[in-house]
Amino acid sequence: MSHRSFVGLCLLPLAVVTAAFFLLPMARLIATGAEGPQGLAGYLAILVEPRYRATLINTVLLATATTLVTLIVATIVGMFLQRHRFPGRSILIAMLTFPLAFPGVVVGFMIILLAGRQGVIGDLSSHLTGQKLVFAYSIYGLFLGYLYFSIPRVILTIMAAVQKLDPGLEEAARSLGAGPWAVQRDVVLPALAPAFVASGAIAFATAMGAFGTAFTLATNIDVLPMLIYTEFTLAANFATSAALSVGLGVITWFILALARSFSGSAVAAAG
Amino acid sequence: MSTVGGHGAAVDIKNCGKTFADGTLALEPATLQIARGETLVLLGPSGCGKTTMLRIIAGLEQPDAGGTVLFDGKDMTSLPIERRNVGMVFQSYALFPNMSVAENIAYGLKIRGMPKTERAARVAELVALTNIAGLENRRIDQLSGGQRQRVALARAVAIRPGILLLDEPLTALDAALRERLRGELNRLLRALGITAIYVTHDQAEAMELGDRIVVMRKGAIAQIGSPREIYFAPQNRFVAEFIGAANILETVVENGQLVLPGGRLPIHGAQNLSEAVVMIRPETIGVTSADSAHLSGTIDSVSFVGDRQRLVVSGAAPKPLTIDAPNTIQAKAGERVGLSIAPDAVRLLPPES
Repeated sequence: MSHRSFVGLCLLPLAVVTAAFFLLPMARLIATGAEGPQGLAGYLAILVEPRYRATLINTVLLATATTLVTLIVATIVGMFLQRHRFPGRSILIAMLTFPLAFPGVVVGFMIILLAGRQGVIGDLSSHLTGQKLVFAYSIYGLFLGYLYFSIPRVILTIMAAVQKLDPGLEEAARSLGAGPWAVQRDVVLPALAPAFVASGAIAFATAMGAFGTAFTLATNIDVLPMLIYTEFTLAANFATSAALSVGLGVITWFILALARSFSGSAVAAAG
Repeated sequence: MSTVGGHGAAVDIKNCGKTFADGTLALEPATLQIARGETLVLLGPSGCGKTTMLRIIAGLEQPDAGGTVLFDGKDMTSLPIERRNVGMVFQSYALFPNMSVAENIAYGLKIRGMPKTERAARVAELVALTNIAGLENRRIDQLSGGQRQRVALARAVAIRPGILLLDEPLTALDAALRERLRGELNRLLRALGITAIYVTHDQAEAMELGDRIVVMRKGAIAQIGSPREIYFAPQNRFVAEFIGAANILETVVENGQLVLPGGRLPIHGAQNLSEAVVMIRPETIGVTSADSAHLSGTIDSVSFVGDRQRLVVSGAAPKPLTIDAPNTIQAKAGERVGLSIAPDAVRLLPPES
């Protein structure tokens, strides 16, 4: 057996798995999306149909807000944890990464316990103001849930990036007269840009497509995964749910690619 | 010569020590004056406290209570580095990877709010001064080590600092480049007339660049002096052995003469001593014929190193002597030779504690 055909043989299982579990289902999904009454135009429904478009915008706004708030919180926390040594630090880091162990359903359950009808926040607010504050079953509850499981992932990435940062960079900027804000703006944040893009992409993609939390909180939250679910299981509208699925994938991928190309120069420079 | 050079500030370090949070003493309280325009080198092995001293002067570390740092008589102790107007060159260069060469150099000027046209003029001047013309728009990762070093220097000098602080700026470079840049750096420091404090563990760098050298050891100053003083008149055994090559002999003294296995050696200032520790530099020992000499021994080995040859001679002193002889004399292992050592070349060291 020649060397080439040996390598080819070794790659065969990969080719089979890729074809069976990725290419074929994708092809079928794409074909199904075009089988509705509108044909290929079904793919445009996600942009043209007002209800679908509103849901899409909602989902993108939710994912963007989740990503931005996650990055802000996780950067501050990650930088602090990497730069300071104090008793209980390693326990705190372990606890912060705990949410990684929970599926979306459990996160949704926790949000209900926090901000649901019997939730802690509701009890507190009714004691203080007489008004019961309940937001678990809305897009705000979902936002909180996504923050909860995005922050740990991003913190870990940011901590690794901060560790690799040359402390001389900040000292050099300071020696040139830069105050604390200027040092962050001109030196630290640009150097962390690749970590922001990488970890922000994961947070964004998760928030675009996560389903478990949304399903646990309420079935009428206006986000794309829920819409796909209801079209598929309740309305048995195979063509539309397939078209929406492909649309969700393509749009998420497109926004991530856009973010990557915008930060491209910063990433290359900091590399 | 240019608008870049400043007069430089005088630095007064009084009683500055540093104990780290874990209790280790990095620097014993030290007092040091640095004159305007002087280049002072802090020299010592790693862990001797030289970098801690530099960081205290820079304002990156606070001295322990009781220590003060004065620039031109003004107390700077509580000011952070960003308000001390010092230029700093780091061993890693610490160039900003998200900025071009020109943006790096101009950064301190931008922070100071200098208008764009003035900034551009200053950058052009520094680019010429440090020989990096044509690289202005390059990214940092497109530069060689030597080019990065020059950019780091240009950036530090651009703000016209009162004091330039250099932390092992040449250590990351290969030997040949290091030697060339050392010469360039020396000319630049003289041309700028700036007060410079230079940290290194390389004695050749210290000798070439320093007006004065502070030799440090285990967090304390071992000796302060000009390169010549440090080399020819070390005040203790550590300095003698750390700088250059040295023969250190511990021996009995009679009538102001060292009593050695291979003969007697008259020295200065030992009339009242019964024993002494002395240092003799290898190049101060002359080789003569064995017959007429007061001191003689046998050649153990000869290593020819080009500009000179290094002999090891045993039997003359309690331990073998290292001698740097001219490359013209004939010497063979096993041969008996006489040694001539001028009394001036024998340096008395304080007995080791």
